[in-house]
Amino acid sequence: MKAVVIGCGRVGSSISLQLQREGWDVSVVDENEDALSRLGEHWPGVFLVGHGMDTDLLREAGIEEADAVVVATDGDNTNIVIGQVAQKRFGVGCVVTRVLDPARARLYRERGMRTISPTEVAIGELMEAVRACEVPTPTQVVHR
Amino acid sequence: MYVIVAGGGKVGANVARSLMRLGHELTLIEQRRDRFERLEDEFEHQVQRGDATELFVLERAGIARPPDIVLALTGDDEDNMVICQLAKEKYGVPKVIARVNDPRNQAHFDLLGISPTICATSSIMAMVEHEVPEHELIHLLELRKENLEIVEVQIDRDSPSAGKRVEKLELPEGARLISVMREGKAEIAVGSTTLEAGDQVLAILEPGKEDELRRVLLRA
Repeated sequence: MKAVVIGCGRVGSSISLQLQREGWDVSVVDENEDALSRLGEHWPGVFLVGHGMDTDLLREAGIEEADAVVVATDGDNTNIVIGQVAQKRFGVGCVVTRVLDPARARLYRERGMRTISPTEVAIGELMEAVRACEVPTPTQVVHR
Repeated sequence: MYVIVAGGGKVGANVARSLMRLGHELTLIEQRRDRFERLEDEFEHQVQRGDATELFVLERAGIARPPDIVLALTGDDEDNMVICQLAKEKYGVPKVIARVNDPRNQAHFDLLGISPTICATSSIMAMVEHEVPEHELIHLLELRKENLEIVEVQIDRDSPSAGKRVEKLELPEGARLISVMREGKAEIAVGSTTLEAGDQVLAILEPGKEDELRRVLLRA
């Protein structure tokens, strides 16, 4: 199975390494060549330097044969556009796009994109964690 | 008319200024603090600070009214694309116009159905091509929505069409001649118009018919 990961920061690099360990054939695209170091010393997959909006580069990365594309650059709007290009131009069935802003993540999700908002996830988890704490409920607080 | 202008750089600020002078109501949105502060002196309450790709910023600017036009004029193509999508698809803005900064992104604007777009680089290139004396076929205007384009063709001495009447030309289906420019004067091309070497001919055609048109007009 073939995956293309666009954006090799903390998130993109971890996903790339994990997919690769799970047996995927992974191509990684990042604007900055130093990002390769995030993939460890012996990255066996493809690593291309360039912008994810560049369709020639995406082709070179093998997007036309990709089973999955993960879009995780540090720009929400860049991700939204690349995600749509992967889906609509290249017809990739599984395109997962990171969008930090929950409002835009929700909107594009409603429009058929698989968007994940780490902010939304964090808010949910933090709320869960707060609820799990054993604190007196407001009515139990006694004012003196 | 109510207009939202996203991006307060040279392009956005000047467009906003012109619209104001014409008496239109508008809101200009600029993200950078230094720019915003400079604009505030001039535009006062008509400029707002924020990221125009954030829904709450657009809503604060009155996108839900909705405005008659949204102009996405930032220096970032992805931002412009998202602004247009939000305006059109979420808020039902009837007209959006987007600035294309990098002509290589034009295909992405087209893919997302964002039209019309305007790209300074492409416009300059079209004008440069126009100045090249021995150009053969150049694109002057693309009417994306109509799926038509207007091109200019220069007839030379060896062209098979030189000396022929327009009605005798076997123009491809989906292509028509509009006008003939000769010695600085333009005339509408009709069936009886005879083409001559040196003529600059305007034609309207469906994209992709250029080669056929070239064959008929320029080389056998």
